[in-house]
Amino acid sequence: MIKFLIKGLWRDKSRSRLPIIVVTIGVTLTVLMHAYITGFMGDTIEMNARFTNGHIKVMSAAYAENMDQMPVDLALMNVEELITSLRDGYPETEWAARIKFGGLIDAPDSRGETRSQGPAIGFGIDLLSSQSRETQRLNLEKALRQGKMPSGPGEILLSDAFATKLKVAPGDTVTLIGSSMNGSMTMYNFIVAGTISFGVEIMDRGTIIADISDVRMALDMPDAAGEILGFMNTGFYDNTKALEIAGDFNRKYLTDTDEYDPVMKSLSQQGNMGQYVAMSEIWSMYVSLIFIFAMSLVLWNAGLLGGLRRYGEVGIRLAMGEEKGHVYRSMIWESVIIGLVGSVLGTALGIFFAWLIQTYGINISGMMRGASVMLPDTIRARISPPDFYIGFIPGLISTVLGTMLSGIGIYKRQTARLFKELEA
Amino acid sequence: MENKSIISISRLIKRFPMGKDEFTALRDISLTFTEGEFAGLIGPSGSGKTTLLNIIGSLDVPTEGEALVLGRSIGKLTTREAARLRKENIGFIFQSYNLLAVHTVYENVEFPLLLLNIPSAGRHKMVMDALEWVGLTDKVRSKPPQLSGGQCQRVAIARAMVKKPSLVLADEPTANLDADNSHHILQTMETLNRELKTTFIFATHDDKVISYLHRKIFLLDGRVDKDEIIRSNKR
Ligand SMILES: Nc1ncnc2c1ncn2[C@@H]1O[C@H](COP(=O)(O)OP(=O)(O)OP(=O)(O)O)[C@@H](O)[C@H]1O
Ligand SMILES: [Mg+2]
Repeated sequence: MIKFLIKGLWRDKSRSRLPIIVVTIGVTLTVLMHAYITGFMGDTIEMNARFTNGHIKVMSAAYAENMDQMPVDLALMNVEELITSLRDGYPETEWAARIKFGGLIDAPDSRGETRSQGPAIGFGIDLLSSQSRETQRLNLEKALRQGKMPSGPGEILLSDAFATKLKVAPGDTVTLIGSSMNGSMTMYNFIVAGTISFGVEIMDRGTIIADISDVRMALDMPDAAGEILGFMNTGFYDNTKALEIAGDFNRKYLTDTDEYDPVMKSLSQQGNMGQYVAMSEIWSMYVSLIFIFAMSLVLWNAGLLGGLRRYGEVGIRLAMGEEKGHVYRSMIWESVIIGLVGSVLGTALGIFFAWLIQTYGINISGMMRGASVMLPDTIRARISPPDFYIGFIPGLISTVLGTMLSGIGIYKRQTARLFKELEA
Repeated sequence: MENKSIISISRLIKRFPMGKDEFTALRDISLTFTEGEFAGLIGPSGSGKTTLLNIIGSLDVPTEGEALVLGRSIGKLTTREAARLRKENIGFIFQSYNLLAVHTVYENVEFPLLLLNIPSAGRHKMVMDALEWVGLTDKVRSKPPQLSGGQCQRVAIARAMVKKPSLVLADEPTANLDADNSHHILQTMETLNRELKTTFIFATHDDKVISYLHRKIFLLDGRVDKDEIIRSNKR
């Protein structure tokens, strides 16, 4: 009997292959959509992580309190040692020391007199050591507009708009006027190696990027750093993991007594990012839910129509003396098989396409021109665990429910009525 | 030779709901059929032939009165019991053949045996015998869409007969067939009736069918108008 039913299922294209194709397409779209939304939301988070927050960040407790003011006087000491123990303690994360500072940039004329001046926000990052990934992380080579990347000590990058305003060009010397770690005023000369533009207004106003060793020299802060940013090796922010690492670190290092103790904060624990992380989780859930709901309706309908179309066959089988319950159950089993096969195929395809988009990305820089928030210019899907099961909701559950519903007609109708429809 | 009664219908009434009203399709039918009959319900369109045949076949139930088929009262059967009655004792033949299109001739004929859980060894012989009766042993692997109408109806007869049921109900079996094919299947059924003692009840208004019947029950407006028994059939 089962063999007989399977033969029927296999041979009747409109009963097997067609519904499987429909389910596969629906499931593929659902998985892809989910991965895409997760990726889009995640990319914005990644962008902020790379520029400002890290996936996790270590600061002194006091610095953490006043993070917006970039207080170099509250920087961490003995950074080398701290990074070594971070590397040992959390090998799944990559660490990078940075110094963020405020100051004035002064462009002198040929006689050393001030020609122009402007307030700047500085980033001291590891630009020069060969194992550093900071250049890639901030996408500096792509952002370069004039000149070249710094290749030795004393060279900096200046945001393009700022350079225009100050009327300086690559090769010119500028002076940083700032305050040192212990509060005294310092002046330090840099050579402008190149200018950069990220296409993001807040980053393009008055940014200077210098090698962290130069900044340590300029601000008299040896082996110190304002912040140590941690980036997970997976390349993606994982809030649960970040909170776990931060919690673990703080248990080991943080006391209530010393405000210079290092404290670790996850991205979601910094400023508004917590809200954004929560919001993006809710959004990706909403969008996915709506999409799953829509796909469910489609597949439900497909299941329903598939069932209705078979009233004729059902009538014959009932006339031959097959029990209603048996006919009904065999239809449900068929839809379970179709739903399963379609969901498995669709999930595989969806994850494959998502993987392509995750790996190669879709460039949307054209659409993002002029945006003032930090939005990524490449959209990448992101495959996360739900992608492996989310497609089964429309693929399996809706298909089977649709068939169940259409099958109820078998029970409701008089057997003779099924025949009337059959004869027509 | 006095045969035993296999169907006994008394004071049967069938009404269908029609919006707020009811439509009476069968009014006070009383009939008895004995084993081995070759009988026909004859009458114009709408006279209630199919309705009566469906009730005898336990596909529908009487509104009032009783229909006893092989000792079971149709109105009182659960759907499960009705299915069992059909599965074990009744074969159906329809005007539009109603074969399963994706299954081969062999599989279509085999289907009723699968429902009866007959082991495969016995099944093969029964299917081949049935196809032999209708002269289609060379078409076992064909599928219904590849067959002519006459061949399809012969497959349907084989399917109805394969389990050697006590009763075969045939609703307008020749309506879609030409004269040659009609005579061919009628002769086949007549032979099976004679050799296997299967009771045949037709619903028809086709003269070709009527000419084969041993008993003609004329229905008019849901009533039995005339009930003729023809002992010797002369065509
Ligand atoms: N399910 C139903 N609901 C309502 N009316 C019905 C139903 N089935 C049959 N009827 C009505 O009952 C009457 C008898 O129908 P039936 O199908 O038995 O006629 P018939 O003698 O088989 O006709 P035909 O030769 O056209 O097949 C018809 O008037 C038909 O409209
Ligand atoms: Mg009829």
